[in-house]
Amino acid sequence: MDDLHSPDPTEQSWGSLLRTNREEVLEKWTQTAAANLGGRMTPAEMGRDVDEIYSALVRADTGDQIDIRSAAYADLRSLLTELSRTRARQGFSPTETAVGVYALKDAVLEILEAHGDLPGYRAFARLSRIVDDLGMFMLETYATTREAVIAEQAEALLELSTPVVKLWDGIVALPLVGTLDSARTQVVMEALLQTLVDTGSEHAIIDITGVPAVDTQVAQHLLKTVQAARLLGAECIISGIRPQIAQTVVALGIEFGDIHTKASLADAILLAMRRSGLDVVKSR
Amino acid sequence: MDRIPILRIGDVLLVSIQIDLQDQTALALQDDLSSKIVETGAKGVLIDISALEIVDSFIGRMISTTAAVSRVLDAETVVVGMQPAVAITLVELGLTLDGVRTALDVDRGLALLSSALGKAGSDVEVDDLAHE
Repeated sequence: MDDLHSPDPTEQSWGSLLRTNREEVLEKWTQTAAANLGGRMTPAEMGRDVDEIYSALVRADTGDQIDIRSAAYADLRSLLTELSRTRARQGFSPTETAVGVYALKDAVLEILEAHGDLPGYRAFARLSRIVDDLGMFMLETYATTREAVIAEQAEALLELSTPVVKLWDGIVALPLVGTLDSARTQVVMEALLQTLVDTGSEHAIIDITGVPAVDTQVAQHLLKTVQAARLLGAECIISGIRPQIAQTVVALGIEFGDIHTKASLADAILLAMRRSGLDVVKSR
Repeated sequence: MDRIPILRIGDVLLVSIQIDLQDQTALALQDDLSSKIVETGAKGVLIDISALEIVDSFIGRMISTTAAVSRVLDAETVVVGMQPAVAITLVELGLTLDGVRTALDVDRGLALLSSALGKAGSDVEVDDLAHE
């Protein structure tokens, strides 16, 4: 085996190691990688990916350059980024994602064990470092993609979960579903207040039937919303308080003060309508 | 320095804040309003802050104290047209304007004032019904 990149005849570059055994490496690599995916990708698909990584890797071989952040590896990096993203969105696990590059080490090692020499092993050691780095790179990209997916979902959930519905002239309801944290409360509060102003409604019903648990923090958020609505000139009624929640609220010593609370949405609507009705009576 | 105009409509004084309040302007408004209430013997004060988009703790407190001063001078005070963002800011600052009446717009504010001035027992009635 001749070596293009190193003047020392006992040295062998990992690039030439890969090139010399191209067919064998590709075959074993594909096999190992596909075996770890348990049939979720066909060998043909895996073979295509492996082939692409192989070509980019061999192109990136510029002798002693083993820093995968360098320009020589730009093609390979973008290829791996694309692969990791696809895998993350398809729901592959981190191991299943990284095995695509790690399998290369097994493949080369197997070949070396069959007919390896010392320069070959040296080249393998360098290749091994690069493959490790590439694997880490893939995992990082994978994690970033997953985080992006989670952030998107959280945002979608925020928008989904804040409908303000009009029940009657001047009465709107906000059925809350799911856990209330600060970020959600903010969105919910803004949506409710804006609707109150836009529709000129003086009564708002906050229904917490779908809120799984009420602790001091959730109660605090509810109180803030009610106070803000009061500042606008609207009154809030909190409804949908389940027996367990009522007990928790009392046990925690949460004071709802002069805010009206009702067990069911129906009671709350009745109260709000009566209040609106009284306005009519008063103006007579 | 800008001065906020105070308009008299019958028994009611209407203060419409159309600019972002500076501290000095707010202080001057409190002076002007209290002397005007005494001068005209107004029974109600309507403070319209629908154009107010930015409040800090000082302006928030000024709104609160202005309303309190008017009440001491026996004029029912209603703050109307608060923007949602302003309401959220005030609540976050812990200024809930306790004891100040609020309404969604000037129209409802006037209705609230006339019913409050017309019959003093209206509050009790609301509570009575609410507890049924």
